[in-house]
Amino acid sequence: MPSRRRALLILIGLCLLALASFWAALAAGSVSVAGGDVLAALLGQDVPGMEVVLQLRLPRALAGFACGGLLALAGALMQVLLRNPLADPYVLGISGGAGVGALFAILVGLSGLGTDLFALTGAMAATVLVFGLAHGDGSWTQTRLLLTGVIVAAGCGALVALMLSIAPEAKLRGMLFWLMGDLGQVNDWWPPVLALAAALALAMPFARELNLLSRGLMQAQAQGVAVGRLRYAIYFLASLATASSVTAAGSIGFVGLVVPHLVRLATGNDQRLLLPASVLAGGALLVSADTLARTLIAPQQLPVGVLTALIGVPVFLFLLSRQPR
Amino acid sequence: MSTPLLEARGLRVDIAGRAVIAGLDFSLAAGESLAILGRNGAGKSTLLSTLAGLRAPAGGEVRLEGDPYAALSPREAALRRAWLGQVQADPFASGVLETVLTGRHPHLGRWQWESAEDARIARGALAAVGLAGMEKREVQTLSGGERQRLAIATLLAQAARLYLLDEPLSHLDLNHQMAVLELFAGAARDCGAGVVMVLHDPGLAHRYCQRVLLVHGDGRTEEGAADDMLTAERLSALYGYRLRLVESDGRRCFIPE
Repeated sequence: MPSRRRALLILIGLCLLALASFWAALAAGSVSVAGGDVLAALLGQDVPGMEVVLQLRLPRALAGFACGGLLALAGALMQVLLRNPLADPYVLGISGGAGVGALFAILVGLSGLGTDLFALTGAMAATVLVFGLAHGDGSWTQTRLLLTGVIVAAGCGALVALMLSIAPEAKLRGMLFWLMGDLGQVNDWWPPVLALAAALALAMPFARELNLLSRGLMQAQAQGVAVGRLRYAIYFLASLATASSVTAAGSIGFVGLVVPHLVRLATGNDQRLLLPASVLAGGALLVSADTLARTLIAPQQLPVGVLTALIGVPVFLFLLSRQPR
Repeated sequence: MSTPLLEARGLRVDIAGRAVIAGLDFSLAAGESLAILGRNGAGKSTLLSTLAGLRAPAGGEVRLEGDPYAALSPREAALRRAWLGQVQADPFASGVLETVLTGRHPHLGRWQWESAEDARIARGALAAVGLAGMEKREVQTLSGGERQRLAIATLLAQAARLYLLDEPLSHLDLNHQMAVLELFAGAARDCGAGVVMVLHDPGLAHRYCQRVLLVHGDGRTEEGAADDMLTAERLSALYGYRLRLVESDGRRCFIPE
């Protein structure tokens, strides 16, 4: 268990990492801006590239950080809720539901806010559906929840495939980018940032109770955790966090699975440290991945979800092979 | 007379819609220990978790130091009773000291971190079960018996007055079985703790518990002093197997015929 001092030091380190990722995101791109000019532009001075930094790159970096943080937080919460280290924010079908909504919106010709609205509706519908089916008889064990989520996700996958196969050529590219996750489609930077602040503020007071919950339901109840209420709260909190991220940027993979694991490996499983550290690390990872996505084969942009997966898969396989079961 | 630590009134416990325990009345005072004996599937563990307030009774009520569980928050209940379950599963890696410190949860405020005093209590609990010096070990590297003792240490760190123990001796070798029983006997004698434990050895139950509850699994229960309950006749009926009583120095041993 990390002491409070050590936890603070780790968080400060991760804050610096996040700042570095922001700095790279603001400086790099088709118009390269010098480090000093980035700072000057942020302070409101009129320097070359100021518009690019403030109008384009800063909102995108903020949204990216918020989405990465939301996904990592939701992943950490899902892993505790399902008591399964392999759970991720999408395991309960939330991204599937959002995908169905968003693709439908694109298919009928909506864009921007319309897509967001449909994606959010789809995500919430999947959340409620999985909860209703798994909770049916009041037992909602982890296995039942997980199975229901996987089945609903599979159903959504089929609907997504159906819509992709009947979509006209012109819309396919937009649909694929949405599915793979892309920060270029973020309309406003503030909704995910607001969602992240709210989700972290709601989760942190229960961090020690989450530690107990990860050790077993009855055990946690016996040690003084109001298990029933806490599980409802985490389920909906994690779902809302995932939904806000997916709505803003599409289903970006692997951040929610890999980041909590990396942090856990480095700092242990104390949720009081794990939750904020995952937020910082997830945000920094997504901002960095997005910077790479914009610059690797510029002027062409890659969907950031492809990069997080390309980074995430080998890292995760490495962790899995390293940890004896 | 002071309020009993634990009290059951007209308690009914169902498993899969069938009453395994019905009309159970008993109370446990400070310093008393009660053993629960019965066949597999007779409802011993379910009864114990009901007594711990982790399961709602099918009928009747359970009172903890005079208050029904409904009137207590989980945290208040955790300050009064500690429960040892049968299964300890840890899907995530965790250290030994970290695990014991989880027992301090009900004593801490929402934003409070474990203090040096909590760490001292946790180390004391580890020493009490013979795990001193293992603080830094990973739980997943421990043996089954060591994990069981770790769970008991976590229970001790919770520092409640009532201990509800479901098969506390499982996975333990003989010397640690005796050490654990001595530990709780000492807690009852010196600190006025109440102890309820599910046991499988009637000889050990006779040696360490003043009172015994026999659970037949069809709703019938018998409760009384250990000397009266632990007879060859009653236990033969309980387990459905003929047992012979051998007595030596006031200690009883039951040998299957």
